Amino acid sequence: MRKIAPIAALLLLLTACGTGESDADGPVTLRMTTWSANPAHVELFNAIAADYKTTHPDVTVAFEALPLENYTTTVTTQIAGGNPPDIAWILEGAAPDFVASGALAPLDDSIENTADLAPAATALWKQDGKLIGYPFSTSPFGVFVNTDLLKQAGQTLPVGDQWTWANAVAVARATAAETGKQGLVIRDFDYKDWTNLATVFRGWGADAWSADGKTCGFDQQPMIDAMTFLHRAVFTDKALPAPGVAADFFAGESAMTIAQISRASLLKDGKFAWTLVPLPSGPSGAYSVIGQGGLGVLKKGKHAAAAAEFVKFFTSEANSAKLARFFPPPRQSQLNAATLATANPLLKPEQLQNVVIDGIATGKVKPSHTGSAEINQAVRSALDPLWKPDADVTAVLGGVCTAIDPLLAK
Amino acid sequence: MNYWTTRRRDLLTGYLFVTPALIGAVAFVFVPLVLVVWYSLHEWNVLADTFDFVGTENYRKLAEDPQVPGVLRATALFSAGLVVLNLGLALVLAVLLNQRLRGTTVFRVLFFSPVVVSLLAWTIVWGFLLQDNGGINAFLDLVGIDGPNWLRSEGTAMASVVVVQVFKNVGLNMVLFLAALQGVPQELYEAARTDGAGPWTVFRRITLPLISPTILLTSIITVVGSLQVFAQISVLTQGGPGTSTTVLVYYLYQQAFQFHAFGYGSTLSVVLFLIVLALTVLQWQMRKKWVFHEN
Repeated sequence: MRKIAPIAALLLLLTACGTGESDADGPVTLRMTTWSANPAHVELFNAIAADYKTTHPDVTVAFEALPLENYTTTVTTQIAGGNPPDIAWILEGAAPDFVASGALAPLDDSIENTADLAPAATALWKQDGKLIGYPFSTSPFGVFVNTDLLKQAGQTLPVGDQWTWANAVAVARATAAETGKQGLVIRDFDYKDWTNLATVFRGWGADAWSADGKTCGFDQQPMIDAMTFLHRAVFTDKALPAPGVAADFFAGESAMTIAQISRASLLKDGKFAWTLVPLPSGPSGAYSVIGQGGLGVLKKGKHAAAAAEFVKFFTSEANSAKLARFFPPPRQSQLNAATLATANPLLKPEQLQNVVIDGIATGKVKPSHTGSAEINQAVRSALDPLWKPDADVTAVLGGVCTAIDPLLAK
Repeated sequence: MNYWTTRRRDLLTGYLFVTPALIGAVAFVFVPLVLVVWYSLHEWNVLADTFDFVGTENYRKLAEDPQVPGVLRATALFSAGLVVLNLGLALVLAVLLNQRLRGTTVFRVLFFSPVVVSLLAWTIVWGFLLQDNGGINAFLDLVGIDGPNWLRSEGTAMASVVVVQVFKNVGLNMVLFLAALQGVPQELYEAARTDGAGPWTVFRRITLPLISPTILLTSIITVVGSLQVFAQISVLTQGGPGTSTTVLVYYLYQQAFQFHAFGYGSTLSVVLFLIVLALTVLQWQMRKKWVFHEN
């Protein structure tokens, strides 16, 4: 009997492991994947989930933070393994694949007051007029400037019409030369994630591909001009860190960085004076580039209906205002300096107006395309020869188009 | 006649002991192996939830894939570099640390310690050391050498990944060689020296033949391991610059998990399996020629 007891206990345990939660009317645990483990973000998400539980006592929401570097890969693997999340954040680069594939449940009935959503913000997340994903974060890129470093180098930040790429690079170059720090860092680019270069080349009116996604834009003259400028800024002016050189603006290691406003939270306990300004204007004038995070309900999730219900609550006007503290909302009624200032105490009202509100109104989302992972990889490989001092810019960019033309044609 | 003879009881006991391992092998080795082959005959789009039988289409695609020759070249380069450097260095270290000198234990621990360090942590630290303004170039700068941009140049990226991997695992092979060296009968050395043999002759005619089973073991482990390198590539180079460090495992990861082509990724897995199998069988066959006192 003593020998049988442990075996019986083990069998009982295995049986217990096999009993899942009720799919019907019983308690439900929703799993929502995010790419943020920031304690302040998690605290807010949990607070919203706790509010929801007061009216839906049977529903618990578990937030699962996955590393951003391979976020989409992890979610896809979970789907392939038959364990999809109920709700997932989706990066703008992956949006065309998720929206077009039919993996997500339409959200038209699960979003409060959809008429309030800015059309520019939802463009990427619609299919056949239906809202497939909710862009909970629509965050324009701006330039953070370490004004202490500029002062130390005897530089002043150009303003108004003088805030151009040529002048920005000149100031960055002079500051780097004078202080021994780096000039301008395109954050998260690191000579790999080229989509962040859209914050530069769109100033020349260039784009990675045509609006219909069929024609490569890398071998077009605006792109050649933009990349020639960038190449000179890196290798001749040394205004940007060279490949393989790491510099963190938020640790005080560079004069400027191009980043989204959500990064302002990294300056909460900043040891230097800073400001935030819009992207400099390029030869084609002023412009804005937006990065987006969308929210989708996986059709293959175990509790799709309950998930859609929670998304309605999570994205409601009240909660959207709370989330605006970190994630600029797509709701037009909330895109005003008064609302955003409450949520972003580190930013001045004029910064919020110039960078965020104007940026969302006029901005264009970073390059995205169906099959973007494969295209991005092909572009990255083909662009690598550009990051050498003696690169033939035109030839390299022609090679990029040769590499991605077959993929754009798919 | 008693059905439960001693022989039958022994047989049953043996089967009972083997059963758990057999269940594990079937569930976690053979079934996945068969499934991967089955998946390789399909076009599987996870997002669109489609799983269509396409026969040998993925194998035809593989034969026509312009990336594959470069991927196989990078894989062969990595494996050859790793095997030669790792086994060579491990053997040299083992011979040196097999001397009866003060301090050899400290060096043994020093060279073995990277084996127990987390692979990811090790690789991340090396990533910092190898960057253009990193520790390696700072050191070279001290002695007046302008170091290259190790991970950003096609000429040095693969060599850097190989060296990082060699330093990580050379200690394991070193310990195996040390154990083998200590198993060589001392009287053979004494006899050889009495006959007037020099150190090189002793090493070539006595040491090498007697540790040849260990050389076979370590070479199989190292070759198989080299074909499965992933984390180092993912952290240090992501297959670049260009596609110079895109080895087979990294390429199949890209296809299956990044590009959502699980069918084609499975096809690449089957090819990798066949390559590993062929190389292992080849090495195993070569033991008849190279391995001393092989039973």
